Amino acid sequence: MAYYKSYVMVWIALIVLTGATVGVSFLNLGLWNAAVALVIASTKATLVGLYFMHLRHEIKLVIGFALFPLLFLALIIIGTLSDTMTR
Amino acid sequence: MSQTESYLAHKGFKSWALTMDHKRIGVMYLVTTHLFFLIGGFLALLLRLKLLSPGPALFSAHTYDVLFTMHGAMMIFLFIIPAIPSSLGNFFIPLLIGARDVAFPKLNLFSYYLFVSGILVILISLVQPIDTGWTFYTPFSAENSAAVTTVSFGLFLVGMSSILTGLNFIVTIHTLRAPGMTWYRLPLFIWGMYGTSVIQVLSTPVIGITFLLLVAERLFGVGFFDPAKGGDPLLFQHFFWFYSHPVVYVMILPAMGIISEVIPCFARKPIFGYKAIAYSALAIAFISFLVWGHHMFVSGMSTTAGVIFSFLTFFVAVPTGMKIFNWIATLYKGSISLDSPMLWALTFIFLFIIGGLTGLFLGSLATDVHVHDTYFLVAHFHYTMMGGTVMGLFSGLHYWYPKITGRMLDERWAKHAWWMIVVGFNVTFFPMFILGMQGMPRRYAEYPAKYHSLNVLATVGSWLLAVGIVIMFANFIRSLNRGAIAPANPWEALTLEWQVPSPPPEENFEVIPTVTDWPYSYGKETGDTRGK
Repeated sequence: MAYYKSYVMVWIALIVLTGATVGVSFLNLGLWNAAVALVIASTKATLVGLYFMHLRHEIKLVIGFALFPLLFLALIIIGTLSDTMTR
Repeated sequence: MSQTESYLAHKGFKSWALTMDHKRIGVMYLVTTHLFFLIGGFLALLLRLKLLSPGPALFSAHTYDVLFTMHGAMMIFLFIIPAIPSSLGNFFIPLLIGARDVAFPKLNLFSYYLFVSGILVILISLVQPIDTGWTFYTPFSAENSAAVTTVSFGLFLVGMSSILTGLNFIVTIHTLRAPGMTWYRLPLFIWGMYGTSVIQVLSTPVIGITFLLLVAERLFGVGFFDPAKGGDPLLFQHFFWFYSHPVVYVMILPAMGIISEVIPCFARKPIFGYKAIAYSALAIAFISFLVWGHHMFVSGMSTTAGVIFSFLTFFVAVPTGMKIFNWIATLYKGSISLDSPMLWALTFIFLFIIGGLTGLFLGSLATDVHVHDTYFLVAHFHYTMMGGTVMGLFSGLHYWYPKITGRMLDERWAKHAWWMIVVGFNVTFFPMFILGMQGMPRRYAEYPAKYHSLNVLATVGSWLLAVGIVIMFANFIRSLNRGAIAPANPWEALTLEWQVPSPPPEENFEVIPTVTDWPYSYGKETGDTRGK
């Protein structure tokens, strides 16, 4: 049972965070709406990556491979913004 | 089964359908992708036949739109993206690095079935064939009544297959290299395939997501791309090209890998600038992610972004140029034999230089405004993709045919086909550069009479090209039974796949080899010949 404990905890945390996303959607925070939603979603993704996908227990090479695509996420955001923010 | 029995020894449908042998899966991809090459090619012949006349002829403008969409989508997604990586890559990566199979053989077979499922879904869409062009630009794709949703789903599956194949190759190259096979002893085809796989894994999810967004817009009216709902139609183009620009390097990098194997072997000289070629593959893979905006110069993107993307685009020419110089330097003072694989490799260099340099016209902001969406683009694209990737593929097919099938090709017919294809290709596509410069737009069923003569020339070229391709495939099929029995190493090549029998045994290597040298010591007795 102890083996599953961390998974259950993470699962509960994910449900709570999903609830938080739904809850926040009823508040009008202006521009912060997107920011808050993204922070919650990123936290959930991190939890899934660390525990469900075992990144916490992986060797550095695998962790490196998992983090590397974030650079490309940054690229697509910066590249697209270079258009939309200068129109 | 004994260790030395050929991988082709077992017969019957089940032995293929349930195989986890990377070689058999490679052959299945080879057959599937080339089937679509022939269908896509046939559609191109119909398009060219239509353009023989400037006015209405043969079929309606709408049918023309459907046909060029099918030609583009089939050739891109079902042929040229998987053609080299999934077929020759699957077959030869384990053999070249001294492994018995890929890292995840079951996943490999699963990727193949995903690919086939995607194809079946796309075929279902033919009930209401799409006419969006292979680029699926919004708002047209979001609003039209054809089966865009079905095709998107099919391509989503094909994309999943591509991601899993790339992932499989990355892990294979990292973990299954034979003892002594250090990174700098890897054959350059492996470096090319490594760069390719990285792009497949990193960029394909983006197109998958983009298709999902498009489907969400079509089915549920979510306004990602609809300005009336706060969306941005250009966002689709940003997402689409964030995948589709890097993916042209998924198409070309493996071909460049093949050329890097064939040139030193048939020039009997060590490859010039090994590390430069190896790292330029990774550099191309990385830079390919920075240049997508050059497809959107006239789409309404901001001028500032245009300047940035135009500037960045020029960087991708640098590692490409390095490769070309290194191949030519390898040829210099080599003992060159013009066997068919080498003829194709030299053709690749010749045509790809034209294709690559005309890309700079399109990458420059000012000249692109003039030639954008004209036949100049069509010519450039076909010179890089057919003149580049497909010629590289043909080189690889002729080079590795004896290893895959255990039979030699008929060299005389291979050369007849080569002549027809090279002449036909140039007669078809070179006039398009001129037509484009003169202002003939692409994707129109009819055109002004002043473009007539060059269009006739291009259509006649397409017939020569078709005859050449038919001869080549006839040679492939005929040699399966009637070709001379291939020795283990007909080209006296030094890479590992040639050190096992043709065709290879199911387990590839009876004993995993220990590697002590790089594979390019051509013309030297022994030892590491780098820098000497």
